Amino acid sequence: MFPLGFFPYIIGGILIGIGVSLIYILTGFHATQSSFFDTTISFFSKRAYFLQKQYLDSRGWRLTFALGVILGALIYTLTLAAEGFFTTSVEWWRLAIGGFLVGFGTRLSKGCTSGHGISGLASLSTTSAVAVLTFIVVGILTALAIQSLGVLP
Amino acid sequence: MFIGGLFFGFGLAFGGMSKQEIVLSFLQLKDLGLILLLGGSALVTAITINLIPRLMKKPILGGEFKKRKRTLNKRTVIGAVIFGVGWGISGLCPGSAMASLGVGNLPVLIGIAGMFVGAYIMGRFFT
Repeated sequence: MFPLGFFPYIIGGILIGIGVSLIYILTGFHATQSSFFDTTISFFSKRAYFLQKQYLDSRGWRLTFALGVILGALIYTLTLAAEGFFTTSVEWWRLAIGGFLVGFGTRLSKGCTSGHGISGLASLSTTSAVAVLTFIVVGILTALAIQSLGVLP
Repeated sequence: MFIGGLFFGFGLAFGGMSKQEIVLSFLQLKDLGLILLLGGSALVTAITINLIPRLMKKPILGGEFKKRKRTLNKRTVIGAVIFGVGWGISGLCPGSAMASLGVGNLPVLIGIAGMFVGAYIMGRFFT
């Protein structure tokens, strides 16, 4: 059930929670991830959907936040990561197709593992609870199906 | 924002989420740790966002404590199904993909490009 133990997961989760909490206490914003795609597209697109007020108002801080996430992971890699840098062995076509569906689905659903999963569940939102249950169950079924076709990891 | 992001990214990497192999090992039910990470972060956040607005009038840097409002409809569920399929194929989600860049996991750039295309097509043709 837990071949790598509990420790990294619980500490990692608490650190993520501290990051989201810090931003909420300082600014009142919910630091979530997938809106970043829409707000960043708003720099380039003239479509009314991407130019809605909440996207224009938050596109600056979402970019800063994303930069922080990347650098935070880099700091971990340079300090605590025993194995150093890491490269996935998941094939490029799985990253491309999966990434496309993740981008489309999270924006249709208006939330991802962080939006629905962390901020949504923390807000005690039933909408987010339904979304989380849905993507976890579908994610598990998909991953098991792919695995059964002999595609690994 | 930036400091909060540092914690977020450090926590994701510490919890192994920048490795698609570990995310997939959860979705293949081999290692259930991802639930601990998600539960731990949601719990800490729940304490903050439910308690702090009662203790403070407004955020330290000004503005207001925003409520996250979402209404349950077909799009929520269909979107979550599509996200779940993509997640199961690739082991990618938006936040962990950003953190992957920080651990030098550069093939994930292909996934992030896919996410931008998917988000654009959603906003361009389905709104």
